[in-house]
Amino acid sequence: MIRDITLGQYYPGNSVVHKLDARTKIIATFLYIVELFIVNNFRGFLIAGIFLFLVIGLSRVPVKFIFRGLTAVFLIIAFTFLINLFMVDGRILWQWKFLSISYEGLNRAFFMAVRLVLLIIGSSLMTLTTKPIELTDGLEKLLKPLSKIGVPSHEIALMMTIALRFIPTLMEETDKIIKAQQARGADFESGNILRRAKALIPILIPLFISSFRIAQDLALAMEARCYHGGSGRTRMNEIKFHRGDAIAAVLMVASLAVIIASRYI
Amino acid sequence: MTIDVKDLKYIYSSDMPGATTALDGVSFSVDGPCIIGIIGHTGSGKSTLLQHLNGLIKPTSGDIYIDGECITNGKKNLVDIRRNIGLVFQYPEYQLFEETVEKDVSFGPRNIGVEETETEDRVRRAIELVGLDYEDIREKSPFELSGGMKRRVAIAGVIAMEPKILMLDEPTAGLDPAAHRDILAMIKRMQKEMNMILFFVSHNMADVSDLSDRVIVMNEGKIAMDGTPTEVFSEREKLLGMGLSLPPAGRMGYELSERVDSFNSEALTIDDLADDIRKYTKRA
Amino acid sequence: MAFISVKDVVIEFIKYDESGHPASSKKALDGVSLDIEKGSFTAIVGMNGSGKSTLAKCLNGLLLPKEGSVSVDGMDTKDDEHIWHIRSRVGMVFQNPDNQIVSSIVEDDVAFGPENLGIEPAEIRRRVDDALKKVGMYEKKDKGAHMLSGGQKQRIAIAGAVAMRPECIVFDEPTAMLDPAGREKVMEIIEELNADGITCILITHFMDEAAEADRIIVLKKGKIAADAAPDELFSDPALIEELGLDLPPAIQLRDKLGLDKSVNNIDAIADAIRQ
Repeated sequence: MIRDITLGQYYPGNSVVHKLDARTKIIATFLYIVELFIVNNFRGFLIAGIFLFLVIGLSRVPVKFIFRGLTAVFLIIAFTFLINLFMVDGRILWQWKFLSISYEGLNRAFFMAVRLVLLIIGSSLMTLTTKPIELTDGLEKLLKPLSKIGVPSHEIALMMTIALRFIPTLMEETDKIIKAQQARGADFESGNILRRAKALIPILIPLFISSFRIAQDLALAMEARCYHGGSGRTRMNEIKFHRGDAIAAVLMVASLAVIIASRYI
Repeated sequence: MTIDVKDLKYIYSSDMPGATTALDGVSFSVDGPCIIGIIGHTGSGKSTLLQHLNGLIKPTSGDIYIDGECITNGKKNLVDIRRNIGLVFQYPEYQLFEETVEKDVSFGPRNIGVEETETEDRVRRAIELVGLDYEDIREKSPFELSGGMKRRVAIAGVIAMEPKILMLDEPTAGLDPAAHRDILAMIKRMQKEMNMILFFVSHNMADVSDLSDRVIVMNEGKIAMDGTPTEVFSEREKLLGMGLSLPPAGRMGYELSERVDSFNSEALTIDDLADDIRKYTKRA
Repeated sequence: MAFISVKDVVIEFIKYDESGHPASSKKALDGVSLDIEKGSFTAIVGMNGSGKSTLAKCLNGLLLPKEGSVSVDGMDTKDDEHIWHIRSRVGMVFQNPDNQIVSSIVEDDVAFGPENLGIEPAEIRRRVDDALKKVGMYEKKDKGAHMLSGGQKQRIAIAGAVAMRPECIVFDEPTAMLDPAGREKVMEIIEELNADGITCILITHFMDEAAEADRIIVLKKGKIAADAAPDELFSDPALIEELGLDLPPAIQLRDKLGLDKSVNNIDAIADAIRQ
């Protein structure tokens, strides 16, 4: 089901994490990702993991909900794990025909999988605790200085808002079209690549037409509601830095220091 | 043609904590050609039921037999199922994709392996059956037609597969009154000419009582009522309790019985209601 | 002076061939004139392609007439200076509930209009809360829009228009894609808004909905074919037939019984039977 995808979905709440300024959360998430790449041993991941779970605890988003997001990208994680498992040379632990697993490979596979899991959980925590509109507002403000050199920060932010809003709609639409063509006997599962690619036409054309229709409807609806670009626009919830953001900033710097230190312990 | 649905159950995302039961022990049989209206509020399981009959969804438990043959045990080829059972979705015109009407309508028959010359015949018959002029429309782009015509072309695309069972999900949604009447007349004509079992889902109680030989009422994934239009629509309280209503004539008959002493009518059409009123005034 | 005044409006859609030359043209509106009074409730009906939606889009300057003029409270829609002011006074709700919601979260979407008007944050919050209460969706303000039913989404779209505090709202087939329960709720809200003094213009295919208005305008091939009070319009079955419309059930029953034209609802029919 489409609704199971938590990546990019907001979990309503009123926790300290929810209340942080979106800009703080964007920067924090960015720093956290950097930290994950600084880490060079499992001890570092343990620290990063503990830190992450503390934040999850503070956010009061059910852990079950967060892990559901992982199932959507399970294939990517499994693929990363297997590639590393079989591709890294070293002391052989197990061998069968051309396949072999080395001690280093096993180590590396776990290392990469843990990094990926922490990375996905970390970034989905940001989208789970930040309303899409705040997230895009935050991004707009962060990009604002760049608008002097011609980066359309407001437009980028609005595009993201709309994209997030229409992901579920378009997925439902796709599901409907696939089923309708299946009911007309269309077969998407058999034949060679060429045949399968051709079988996609009855899905892609209606989907394109639907997307255009949606875009047209939406543009009219936005104009009718007086949308005329970013100038002169106000916000219902002005994002502002609070004391919590200062504390979060200090904590982030501290965690960065600990992570860097973990490389040398 | 017979249909036997036995204790059909379907649970959405059954392995997740937020699982919802869409169908909960649905059983019914159909023996021979007829028109069956399916009613129920949004989310009552109507569309899920139709998709099961077409093999688009596999039931969590329970079975469906068509002419005594089980289609839910995974042994039967899905394309074989769809050769006999057609499903027209809501707003089917959004699934048109070919350059010409003729090509679009022939998509279904080609998929199920109908021969080229036979396909041509079927496409012609289907287009004529939905009330369009074959010679006039075959080379036209389906995207240039009016809303009502697009919908007919889309329905023809399923008719051309010559199913023995046809299911229509809200065939008149969003049409203007004239196009609405045309589609209803088309449904009646099609069912008679092709002698099939025809299911149609509708929110329009007047259409349901007018067209159906039998009405199935869905509520919370279960069949709440199953009978002739007169039987079903005589249970006003029960229908209202499920967020449904009576056809306009039934509603007016009830309202009049509340306002006029000893007046009573179970009429489902305005003509019958007018007759009942005339009889009443003659007596008085 | 009338609140909205439409004078001799012509809208022409021109189709271009592959090389960019005009191939064919169709007049979607062909000399339409009408006045809409403040606080009134007008229904616009007609077959698909009769020009109803085109007319609706002229009323707030989404479309500009090729000939003729449309003015809202004395401001011409062709006047660039006034266009945003006009749109803030004439709100619009469209047919497809899915395609007019901009933000993923209910309250953020309702705030979209007022935000564009550059209103103070605290005032936006007040308007959003009021609008959501008006349509009975205040409890769902934190919810994701994609989790709502079609009827609920349409109520959010109405709240989005209401939050701009317009004087008039144009509803372009708001109930066409809804189930009966959703339709009924949306009609209730429209009637309440009209009772609050908001001018309502309702485009619909459902004659029972049109019958709720003070006035029905019938469009046919881009021209006004009839403009009358519901009772008056429904007293001419031949015209209704010719325009491709339906009579409301109570009127059909009245005509079957051969009752007087002044009988126009079920209570009056009951009275007639009792006599």
